[in-house]
Amino acid sequence: MTHDEIGKLRWRCVRRALLELDISLSRFLDERFSGLTDKDQRLFAELVEMEDHDLWYLISGQAECKEIRFEPIVAMLRKGTVS
Amino acid sequence: MSIPVLKFDAVIVGAGGAGLRSAIQLSEAGQKTAVLSKVFPTRSHTVAAQGGVAASLGNSEEDHWHWHMYDTVKGSDWLGDQDAIEFMCRKANEVVVELEHYGMPFDRLDNGKIYQRPFGGHMSNFGEKPVRRSCAAADRTGHAMLHAMYQRNVKANTQFFVEWMALDLIRDSEGAVVGVTAMEMETGQVVIFHAKAVIFATGGSGRIYYSSTNAFINTGDGLGMAARAGIPLEDMEFWQFHPTGVAGAGVLITEGVRGEGGILRNASKERFMERYAPNAKDLASRDVVSRAMATEIKEGRGCGPNKDYVLLDITHLDPATIMKRLPGIREIGIQFAGVDCIKEPLPVVPTCHYQMGGIPTNYSGRVVAPKNGELRAEVPGFYAAGECACASVHGANRLGTNSLLDLLVFGKSAGDSAVEDLKLGKAHRELPADAAAQSLARIDALNTRRGGASVNETRLAMQRTMQDHAGVFRFGDMLKQGVEKILEVEKAARQLEIGDKSLVWNTARVEALEMENLIEVAKATMISAEARKESRGAHVRDDAPDTPEHPNGRDDENWLKHTLFSPVDNTITYKPVNMTPLSVETIALKTRSY
Ligand SMILES: Cc1cc2nc3c(=O)[nH]c(=O)nc-3n(C[C@H](O)[C@H](O)[C@H](O)COP(=O)(O)OP(=O)(O)OC[C@H]3O[C@@H](n4cnc5c(N)ncnc54)[C@H](O)[C@@H]3O)c2cc1C
Repeated sequence: MTHDEIGKLRWRCVRRALLELDISLSRFLDERFSGLTDKDQRLFAELVEMEDHDLWYLISGQAECKEIRFEPIVAMLRKGTVS
Repeated sequence: MSIPVLKFDAVIVGAGGAGLRSAIQLSEAGQKTAVLSKVFPTRSHTVAAQGGVAASLGNSEEDHWHWHMYDTVKGSDWLGDQDAIEFMCRKANEVVVELEHYGMPFDRLDNGKIYQRPFGGHMSNFGEKPVRRSCAAADRTGHAMLHAMYQRNVKANTQFFVEWMALDLIRDSEGAVVGVTAMEMETGQVVIFHAKAVIFATGGSGRIYYSSTNAFINTGDGLGMAARAGIPLEDMEFWQFHPTGVAGAGVLITEGVRGEGGILRNASKERFMERYAPNAKDLASRDVVSRAMATEIKEGRGCGPNKDYVLLDITHLDPATIMKRLPGIREIGIQFAGVDCIKEPLPVVPTCHYQMGGIPTNYSGRVVAPKNGELRAEVPGFYAAGECACASVHGANRLGTNSLLDLLVFGKSAGDSAVEDLKLGKAHRELPADAAAQSLARIDALNTRRGGASVNETRLAMQRTMQDHAGVFRFGDMLKQGVEKILEVEKAARQLEIGDKSLVWNTARVEALEMENLIEVAKATMISAEARKESRGAHVRDDAPDTPEHPNGRDDENWLKHTLFSPVDNTITYKPVNMTPLSVETIALKTRSY
């Protein structure tokens, strides 16, 4: 991803409606994001476009991931929750 | 450098509940209206509100706006203006029914009417017993509200400027507001929005505290902009705290956890609430529990290396009960405290939740400030609503579900007032020659400064100072030191340096600009809190205790008045509370007890 794309993604991760997401997404960006493949980075960018409540239920394991392509990213985000 | 100018009838800064509600009034009246927001409208913090919105619809049992008014005055510890409170409570049914017509999916009774549930402090018959007054849409009230209002605005042709940050208020030589400057994040371009009416609906500022339930976006931009433009801030000492936020993260742990049997413990595992509230213990009211926690921490009985939190213990509960009755709690503990609450207690602290003070307005949503001896002179062209404004309906303490009501009622009335003023048909006032100078200078300083202060470190110093010196329970000596400390932090905040100087999507720059707003709010809070020598509502001082002459430490003889903090010279003036409702009799002073 380009510098500008990452900048935009960062803004959309650290200014959410729910504090829970601000914290978990910014942590993911800082700790895991740079290690992802370009494809996975783009999947993450797509995933965070979800509505806040839906995304938080997904990350916190209160809802199932319904789209197979997001599963690996969701699994990583959930793992982030136990570290 | 020539700065582009965009001309509108009205510019609204903020696309949360208050901003969207006022935009509907303007756009539907045919006024050319722009709404600016740092984020997509339905990512505004209103989305986080779950509890509901108060209205005395009386769908499940008898209710009356006058009872709601009484509860709100009492909740405010008599600091709320009774004209504004009557106005809000009388308008509640209308604005809720309007929302229903906009398509808001409220929970319903079998007979099709809106379902209502009880909420703390809302009573029937002037404080007699709890009443069902809160209207909700499952656990997504705020979210559903924003969606309904956003759609309505799209239909009405409101023009949205999404991911734009307003930087400064523009006033002309007579003090009238004529627009704002704003920066588009995608390009870094600064633009002037020239308008006949400017409405601020920028939400809260809870990020001034280290522990806050507020999302990162709540940086008090509207208050910062108003302060830099010389508008005083009202009643900033009053902040509502929630007793149980996860220590460090702030994420809210619902009261339901204590309801299900959760116990608060100090460093020696003692159930300390037994000493403070022998009967109710851990189920005592929010303020009692928060104060007890703060006292334990102040007296050295807190937990952890810094002894700065207490523990909320549910390890004695059946794991199945926890999973069933408290959904999401285990995940919150694991994610934000690294603790599995089935096995270990959760670290919690009293956590900043809601700002009662703000930009002073009257109940028409017009901003008012002292001028030539008149304490409530209207600032031409300037309106405010929602959490950034102080009408003042919440006074010293807000009742739950009254803030969503506040943003609907005063969002609407600010919009109506702007329409009324626009209908006079006056032309745009001229922009001052240096309209964008202040904003450009701020940005230029960030682009060029070397050897300045780090944004993260400055924010942390501010948050720690606010938490330690102006927290939920306040001590005279700590407040005095706090004033000195926050003025030190302010010096750093005036000299911020950023590493990334790029133009486009530069989060570091935006965070620095936000920090310049936060510090205005923090300073106003600390100085106003130090000055108010009584206890009232959410402002509770150790040196203003409960005595027979002054129950709850409240001193009406000297302190039944609003604080106005002037950011220009850090001074305070006071203005009387409006004790005269619009049509009913004054709700007379009484001790606030539940
Ligand atoms: C966890 C939580 C739960 C709550 N639950 C309830 C509840 O159940 N009932 C209740 O009544 N209240 C509740 N509250 C309080 C209530 O949600 C808020 O007071 C209310 O939503 C604030 O609405 P607002 O429209 O004033 O601001 P917000 O919804 O915060 O919107 C502010 C808007 O301003 C924009 N903005 C800010 N600065 C700028 C800038 N510089 N440039 C451009 N745009 C800007 C933002 O992008 C956003 O669009 C809760 C609060 C929290 C934190």
